[in-house]
Order: sequence, then C-alpha cells, then structure tokens
Amino acid sequence: MSTETPDAGHAPATKFEDAMKELEAIVARLERGDLPLDDSLAAFQRGVELARLCDRQLTEAEQRVAVLTADENGRPVLRAFEGSEKA
Amino acid sequence: MSVSTPDRQPLTVSGLTRLIRGLVEGAPALRDVLVEGELSNLRTPPSGHAYFVLKDDAAVLRCVMFRQAAERLRFTPEDGLKVLARGSVSVFERDGQYQLYVRALEPTGLGSLHLAVEQLKRKLAAEGLFDPARKRRLPLLPRRVALVTSPHGAAVRDMIRIAQRRFHGIGLVVIPVLVQGPDAPESIARGLELVPHAGADAAIVGRGGGSIEELWAFNDERVARAIRACPVPVVSAVGHETDVTIADFAADLRAPTPSAAAELVVPERAALEDRIDTLARRISAAVRAKLARAWQALDGLRDRRVLRDPASALAAPRQRLSTACGRLAASARSRVRHERVRLDGLRHRSVLRDPAAPIAVRRQAFQALAGRLAASGRRITAPARSALAAAAGRLPAAGRMAAERRRAALRTAAGRLQALSPLAVLSRGYSVCRTAAGAVVRRPADAPAGTEVDILLAEGSLGCLVLRHGTDPEGAAR
Repeated sequence: MSTETPDAGHAPATKFEDAMKELEAIVARLERGDLPLDDSLAAFQRGVELARLCDRQLTEAEQRVAVLTADENGRPVLRAFEGSEKA
Repeated sequence: MSVSTPDRQPLTVSGLTRLIRGLVEGAPALRDVLVEGELSNLRTPPSGHAYFVLKDDAAVLRCVMFRQAAERLRFTPEDGLKVLARGSVSVFERDGQYQLYVRALEPTGLGSLHLAVEQLKRKLAAEGLFDPARKRRLPLLPRRVALVTSPHGAAVRDMIRIAQRRFHGIGLVVIPVLVQGPDAPESIARGLELVPHAGADAAIVGRGGGSIEELWAFNDERVARAIRACPVPVVSAVGHETDVTIADFAADLRAPTPSAAAELVVPERAALEDRIDTLARRISAAVRAKLARAWQALDGLRDRRVLRDPASALAAPRQRLSTACGRLAASARSRVRHERVRLDGLRHRSVLRDPAAPIAVRRQAFQALAGRLAASGRRITAPARSALAAAAGRLPAAGRMAAERRRAALRTAAGRLQALSPLAVLSRGYSVCRTAAGAVVRRPADAPAGTEVDILLAEGSLGCLVLRHGTDPEGAAR
C-alpha cells in the first residue's frame, strides 16, 4: 500500500482499486447464488453503484502532462510540460 | 679475502639503497609497467592508502596504492581478485623493499564496472534492500505517474506517448534529472525525493539506452536507496532489455525499457472499461437469475393445491370433524342401546311382568303368617288363659296391653310389606298392560292393533282396544 502524503492526491486511485475489488467480490457472491433475495438486491444495487463509480473515475481523468522541479529554495514547482525540446 | 680495502670507501646502507633506488627508477622498463597477478594481503588503513601484494605461482610483488588513486577505483579491491595493475617500480628505502606504486587497478575477467555492480549488489542485498517482501504493488489505476528521467530525448517522449495511448488523460508529471555524468546519481536521488510532491502514486525512473558508463548512475548506491525511500512504488526502466542495473534490483518492478515501463504502470483504459462492463453484466445476470429462481419458487408455491383451491385445505380437518361427529353419535347410540338393554333387563323382572303375582304370594304368606300368629297367639294364650282367667281378676289390664303391642307390631310389618309391593308402583301412576291371556305387553308386537288389552291400574283396571302402534319413545328421543 502506498503511504499517504499531505499533497498526494492518490486517494481516488486507491478508491478505484477498492471499488473494483468490492465490485468483483459482489459479482462472485451474487454468482454463487446463495444470498437471500433481499441481500441479493441490496448487493446488486451496491454493485451497480460501484460500476458507475469506477466508470466515472475512468472518464474523469483528464490531465495535462506537467513538469515538477525544485525552485531556488528547493520547493517543488509544477508547470506545464512543453514536450521534450531536443534530444 | 680481507673485507677492508684501503682505496675503497664503504657505502652506508642508505647510500646503497639510494643507489639501487636510482637504478630502479632510472630504468625505462620499470617506469610504467603493466603487471597481472592475484591480489592478496590487502590492507586499507584509515589513511586511505591501500597496501597489498600481487602474486603468481612463483613470486610475490609488494604494491602500494595511494589514496588519490585508490579513491578513483570503481570497484572495491579484495583478496583473491585477479587484477591488472599499472604503475611504476621503486624502492621503499626504510624497508629495503622494492614495490609497485599502483596508479590504476582493474579486475581482469570481469570488468571493473561489472565487478563494482556485483559488489554493491551483494552489499545492498545483505542489507535486505532487494527483499521481495519489500516490493510494492502498482496501483490498478494510478492517478498520476511521475517520470523521473531526462526531459529531453526519446525515453520521455516514448513514455508520454505510450501512457497517453493506453489511457488518454492519465496524469503524468516529468521530474527532470540528469541521467549521466558524475552528478547524475545525486540528481536522480533528488528527483525521486520529489515524487510525493508531484501527487504521484507511481513512479518510473530511468533513461534510454547507452553504454554501460552512460548507465552508470543507475548503479549508484544513492539511487538504489532513494528508490527504496520513495513512498510510492517505483518501476525502473534503464536502457535496453539487456542492461541490468542496481536500480533494477532496488525497484519494486523492473521494466526492460522506458516504453515497457509506461505499459506496466498505465493500464489500458479500454480494458478497464471492458472489465467494469463485464462485471456489471455479470452482476445483472446473477440478479436476473436470482429473481427468476425466486419467481419460479413463487410459482411453485402458487401451484400448490392449498393456494389454488383453499377450500381443499379444509377437506382434511372437515373429514376429521365429521369422523369425530360420527363417533360421537355412535357412542351416544351405543349408550342408549346399553341403557335400553338395562331397562329391558329391569322390565323382565317378574315384579314388573306380573305385579299381581307377588301380591298374591305375599298375601298368602301374610295370611299364613297371620294364621300362625293367631295360632301362636292362642298357644301363648291357651296356657296363659287359665292363668289369665285366674289372674283376670288380678291383671286384666296386662293382657290387654300385650295384645295391643302385638297388634301394633303387626300393623308396622304390614306397612313395610305394603311399601315393598309392586302395587305401590301402580299407586304412583304407572300401569301394567296385559293381554287377555294375562301376559304383560312390553312391545307393540305383543299387542297387535285390534287386540284387547287389560290395563291394571293402582285401583282397578281398564279393558282397552289397541288402535295403532306408536313410535318408540326412545326412538323419538334420538
């Protein structure tokens, strides 16, 4: 597991993985078919929710390529990456 | 032979040694020698100089390597190593020893760089830096990937292109570092330290192909330690497939090339979408199947007779109830029958059959008793009569009193007898029906319609004609 850092925004990624895992577990449970009907419907509802959540995370990831450098004080600075200038 | 010779001045030891040293140092062949041998007796005191010997099967050569030269070594000398040494021969006067002053040393067989890698690898492995248990798993979908590499060149371009192709819009942050030259290891290590500040949850560290010297920075201990210190999983991607560096061992995952690293770290969006779709479809199918089974079960229940024809459910209890009623009636009937039998039994008693007969019998007995009483009275009185007559004068009252007592006793006995008489029954309103022949009529068949019967009442009797047969009083009660 990755450690959390204050400015690291990777919680959603972890959530994606957890959501996928839970979704897969729900599918397996439902396919086994031994859940009572009420629980089946609740699991189904949760599963559909998770599938939507996962799907949304795939489509929401629209990011630009950035460059991270340290400024003169050693503080990290993020700016747009213009592509590699020359070899 | 005498040692002392007047015309020759003896040399001092120092003088002679200096002379030899001069000769040795003056010999062009000894000024720059290349010598190959097995390194042995290595000593590395804190001064930083290195002392050792080179030997072969037959000879030993003392060697010294001063600090400046020793620091330039790209591997750590160790005993038993076959090496090629380059330097000059001179004499160490204090010990009277000639020795090789080594300016450069490299292992033969393995290249020195290779050896250095092996040595560092062994050291870091011993520390547990390459422990498989320390390898971290890449996130399924990284939010942002840090590319710790040169911002120039094909490697970074390839990684960005492949990452975007696999997952358009994936977050990528280039952390520019020097990937070759003496400052490269420090630069790479600092770049890895910036990874968490990039908000990245995975990192790729590497560079494109080059000579082993150009890739040397990735064999640096600082780089290896920075990789392990990085809080997110690091994939190494150094040079080409055949290039293996210390960084590869330290990394959580080794990719053969930078492009391959991008493929390892960035998932294919379409594949993930497919996976989600498949799971969603499977979940729907599973629930549909579950519902279908539930409907089927419900239909099965609906088909049961109880629900289809609720009245039929009552059939069994109703049957039980009717059986119970039947048994109850039967038991009542049997009770009635039993009572009737008892009653019939009672009817057959002679008293009821011919109530007059016992009266006659008893009357006879009474008369006999009365006769005997009179006789006995006479018997009692006869002897007494004379005495009575004799005593009549004295006790006329006593005789009268005794007779009176006897009469009273007789009256009491008659009353008791009267109570026992069946005629007493008649006095309560019952009557006895008899045929002309005198037989008691018990059932209609005993007196067909049209016959005459005689009905005995408590007082007198009635001559009657049977008109018709009525119902059985018990049957009517049923």
